[in-house]
Parts: sequence; structure tokens; C-alpha cells
Amino acid sequence: MHLTATASQTVGPFFRIGLEHLYIADLAPAAAAGDKVAIHGRVVDGDGKPVNDAIIEIWQADARGRYAHPDDTQDKPATPDFKGFGRVPTDEHGAFRFTTVKPGSVPGPRGMPQAPHLLVAVFMRGLLKHLLTRVYFPDDPDNAADPVLKLVPAERCATLIAMKANDGLEWNVILQGENETVFFDY
Amino acid sequence: MADIPGYRRPHKGTQPEYLYPAYASTRKRAPTRPLVVLPHTLSEVTGPLFGTDEVRPEDSDLTLQHAAAPLGERIIVSGHVLDENERPVPNTLIEIWQCNAAGRYRHQDDSHDAPLDPNFSGAGRVLTDKEGRYRFVTIKPGAYPWRNHPNAWRPSHIHLSLFGRAFVTRLVTQMYFAGDPLLPHDPILNSIAQEGARHRLVADFDWETTAPEYALGYRFDIVLRGRDATPMDK
Repeated sequence: MHLTATASQTVGPFFRIGLEHLYIADLAPAAAAGDKVAIHGRVVDGDGKPVNDAIIEIWQADARGRYAHPDDTQDKPATPDFKGFGRVPTDEHGAFRFTTVKPGSVPGPRGMPQAPHLLVAVFMRGLLKHLLTRVYFPDDPDNAADPVLKLVPAERCATLIAMKANDGLEWNVILQGENETVFFDY
Repeated sequence: MADIPGYRRPHKGTQPEYLYPAYASTRKRAPTRPLVVLPHTLSEVTGPLFGTDEVRPEDSDLTLQHAAAPLGERIIVSGHVLDENERPVPNTLIEIWQCNAAGRYRHQDDSHDAPLDPNFSGAGRVLTDKEGRYRFVTIKPGAYPWRNHPNAWRPSHIHLSLFGRAFVTRLVTQMYFAGDPLLPHDPILNSIAQEGARHRLVADFDWETTAPEYALGYRFDIVLRGRDATPMDK
């Protein structure tokens, strides 16, 4: 006998009231090892209009590829003070920005290594349940063999890989259309 | 490394689809291309865990956050957070937010012509205890109009956000109140196809939670996703 999971409902337009206390735009404690990187982008709807009432959450491993979670039993030292969680809202231009360190590789299905990646959950008015996607890093040699990227139609993989920009990396959330971001059934 | 047990996939009709045209905002925001089925790897079965650092005692009583008590009907909401395998989810963060008794949110984008209450912020947080139980005190939120369709009104509701143990157990939902005449007309609630799944978002009046001479109680149990295969107990 199993229970059935409670249904999701939209965060609506006023989530700031309840979620602001955990806004975290800098995921990298000062002492954390690894390359610091700023990631910015925009959330855009099906009319190409910026979404100014979205909020994204990030979950990632540290620079060695270890999650700050007791179920990560890998034989790797944990990074003190590294939590790996971020939460940022979009601004009036639909833009968001956060700073982190590039995570290390973590194991995937059948122990195959995964390329460095972030998990990103996207919440907004009009989303009855949140979207889940991933951000990969440009020019990473492990992207080609990543077991999750391999599940994505080749012509859509680019939507999951951040682009180099003048001041860090750019990665956008395109909700609909030709360049629609790949979202996962999770 | 052996494969990690993943979490159960939802039963059909128990979760909303992304596109539900009666809720107009879904039309330009729901994905239009096929979703890619994501295996549950270490990335998905881990997630942020929060502790007492994030929660102070007054965070779970929204009537004690200002100089005086907020206006409205004081209520107690409590329940049990379990997973689909009927195991309690202990020490997990619940974030809540809501409008005031007049149906107005303390938010710059809420333009409803109803009064703000200087004694009500509408935000709370609580951690479940070791048995997965939680309790908070607040005031009953009002109904308010929205622009989804002519003469559209949201039923009274409280927003809840939970994390559970994994990033794929993340849940944001809304709790409604039994007997609210607006429930059958709400496209956000009606986006859930299965009647039983809709019904589980409606909190029932509860004598056991009701505190004599103080406040009516409502019971709202929450079920987070559970693991598909039960890992060996430690």
C-alpha cells in the first residue's frame, strides 16, 4: 500500500513573501576550492517577453563533485560551509544572476561519470508544477559522453550548455518555441 | 557503484499537466516540446537540507510577528508529512505564505483594493519534528479577485513549499479550506485531473487541532514522493 504524493500548485506571483528569507545568489563560500563563475541569463515566455516574476533554484555538487548530503557516500572530502543550494528571483527585465564554483564530476547511471552540471528548478505564476532542467559548462570535454545529455535530441543539447560571456557565463530559460530550453520529466 | 534507487513517478492525473488553458497564464509559459525523462542520479536524489538555523520559534506563529495581533480569524494548521511509502519525513523545512484576512498580500504587485494589515506579514516557516509532524498558527486568509476570467476569485488558500530529502522531492503546493464555495470554480485547483488528488489539497476542520478558547484547527497532511525501491535499512 502506497500513499500518493500531494499535487503541485503554482507559486503564484507573490512568492517573495515566503521564499525571500532563503534568497542565496552566492553559492560559493569564500574559502571554497574551485573556479568561481558568475552565471546570468533571462527567463522568456512564449511571446518572447521577459518573465519578471520567476524564481529559480540551483542544486549542485562542490568542486570535487561531492554533494553536501548524507546520501553522498563517495570517498571525497566535503567542503566546509558548502551547501550547494541557491535561490534567485528574476528582476523586472526577466534577468537573474548567481555566483558559484564549477562542480566536479559526479557518478551517473551504472557508475558512469557525469559531466559537471547544475540542477535548476524554475517556478513562476503559470507553472502548475516547477520545471526542472540542467546547466552544463562550455568546452567541457566530458559533455560528449554525459549520460543525461545523451538522452537529449542532439539539436536541443545547446539549450543546456551555458555560453561564454564577457562577465562569466550566460544561460537562458526559453519557455516555448524554436529554441525552447530542454525541460525534464523528473 | 550500484545504481541508486530513484523516486516513484507520479500516477496519472494526480499531478497537474503544464498546459491547462483554463488557467490562462499556462498558455505562454508551459513547455511545448517533449520533456526528456530524467534518470534519478546522485544529483537528483540529494538536495538541500535545512536545520534550526533557518527557523526561529516565532516563525511558526504568524500572529506573533508584530506589536499587536493581526485582524481575522485565528487558526491552527497542523499535519503530518509522510512519503509515499508512509514513512515520516522528519526535520524538513516548510515555508508558507498567504494573504491577510481581507484578501491582500503584502507585496508591491498586489493591487487588490483591500486593506493591508500592519500586524500581518503573511510569511512563516516551520521544521517537521522527528515524527514528521508540523503545526503553525495564522489567520484564515481571505478570498481575492484575479484577472484570469470575468469575475474570477481565488478561494482562500495558503501556499506551502517543502524540500524533503532530494531535489526531486521538492514540492510547492496550496492548501484550501473545506466548504469554500469557490473551490469548484478555481482553475488552479481544477488543473488536477483526479478528484481524490484535488480533495487532498483541501484541509478539513479538525477538533483535535482546535484549541479551546483560542483557535479552530485544520488538518493538512502532506505526502512527498517516496523511493521506488526501498533501500536497505541501516
